[in-house]
Amino acid sequence: MNAIETKGLCKTYDDFKLDSIDLVLPSGCIMGLVGENGAGKSTTMELIMNTVKSDAGQVTVLGTDNKSSDFRKLKEEIGVVLDEAYFPLVLNAKDVNIVMKNTYGNWDENCFYDYLGKFSLPIKKQFKDFSRGMKMKLAIAVALSHNSKLLILDEATSGLDPMVRDEILDIFNDFTRDETHSVLLSSHIVSDLEKICDYIAFIHKGKLVFCEEKDRLLDKYGVVRLSKADFDVIPRSAVKGKKVTDYGVEALVIRDAVSGAIAIERASIEDIILYIAKEDK
Amino acid sequence: MDVIISNASGQPIYEQIFTQIKNNIISGRLKEGDALPSIRVLAKDLRISVITTKRAYEELEKAGYIYTVAAKGCFVAEKNVEVIREERLKEIEEHLKIVSGLAANCNLSDGEIYEIYNLIKKEG
Repeated sequence: MNAIETKGLCKTYDDFKLDSIDLVLPSGCIMGLVGENGAGKSTTMELIMNTVKSDAGQVTVLGTDNKSSDFRKLKEEIGVVLDEAYFPLVLNAKDVNIVMKNTYGNWDENCFYDYLGKFSLPIKKQFKDFSRGMKMKLAIAVALSHNSKLLILDEATSGLDPMVRDEILDIFNDFTRDETHSVLLSSHIVSDLEKICDYIAFIHKGKLVFCEEKDRLLDKYGVVRLSKADFDVIPRSAVKGKKVTDYGVEALVIRDAVSGAIAIERASIEDIILYIAKEDK
Repeated sequence: MDVIISNASGQPIYEQIFTQIKNNIISGRLKEGDALPSIRVLAKDLRISVITTKRAYEELEKAGYIYTVAAKGCFVAEKNVEVIREERLKEIEEHLKIVSGLAANCNLSDGEIYEIYNLIKKEG
């Protein structure tokens, strides 16, 4: 089963258009959504959760159409974390537990306290005294504690230090040990996504550039650094983006289309995205 | 079982898993009937993609090194002497190709190559 499937998803605002987004996130996998600010990542997530109405297209989440009446109930199984965590400032983690117990029908108190322990979050400290890392961890603990099958996170790791980010990535990694659990997350820190994602979807100016297995992307693309004369020998169709300086050319290429005699370096996901986005300008 | 994933090697990750598990089996470190970690456990422990790990296991199964029991997992297959022999022959061929290339580079005759080979054998 697919955790998320979108087909021809469109949304037009006055100054922005999200154009026909097709995503497939198979169950048990982690998908990273990347793209520049304003590319349409958050809009895509809002359309998936049906908090914003789409103009066209179809979304199926955990096998349920998100416009059907069953979707309301299904939301119990989806944990959503946005880039800012909002809880009433005077509440502590214990209070949050009580609120959530009355919000989610399948709230798992023990699970929540387990996560508080795992994240070393204080029980009695008020939310207003939390650091940014603690706030995010609390929001993620909540998202994980109502028997969620799907986590949707919009920039949940931004503004956090590398140690905390890595801890959080480990949580997502562990969460998907269960093959019925899936994660969709967006981040500007592409190296984070490269670390844990099975799939990478790249949205650029409201259009989906690719939605592909991460390892296939890494196998498909490579970076070459050559003199201009050597570069001219490479077939144009193999070049997906380039940077020309007075001293030579750096280019993103399709490995298979370049002769074996040329040294091809590994391209990171960040390289792939930057080159492709620049080429589009 | 050791499985080391290298980002520097340039070899696709599924190939790295395939080769290393295969070598573990050929060398006897993994014995016939031994259970392999499930695809998901291995992927999550190594922090690599589940899909990639699945592809490696599929290749291992296709090549006859492992077999899958539904709902139980993957196990090391009976060592097929022919398969391993074939594998070794392929390796020898690869090495001989290199030798023949190097020999051509410095005009070494076949006779001289045999001499070196005999010497190596004698020294054991």
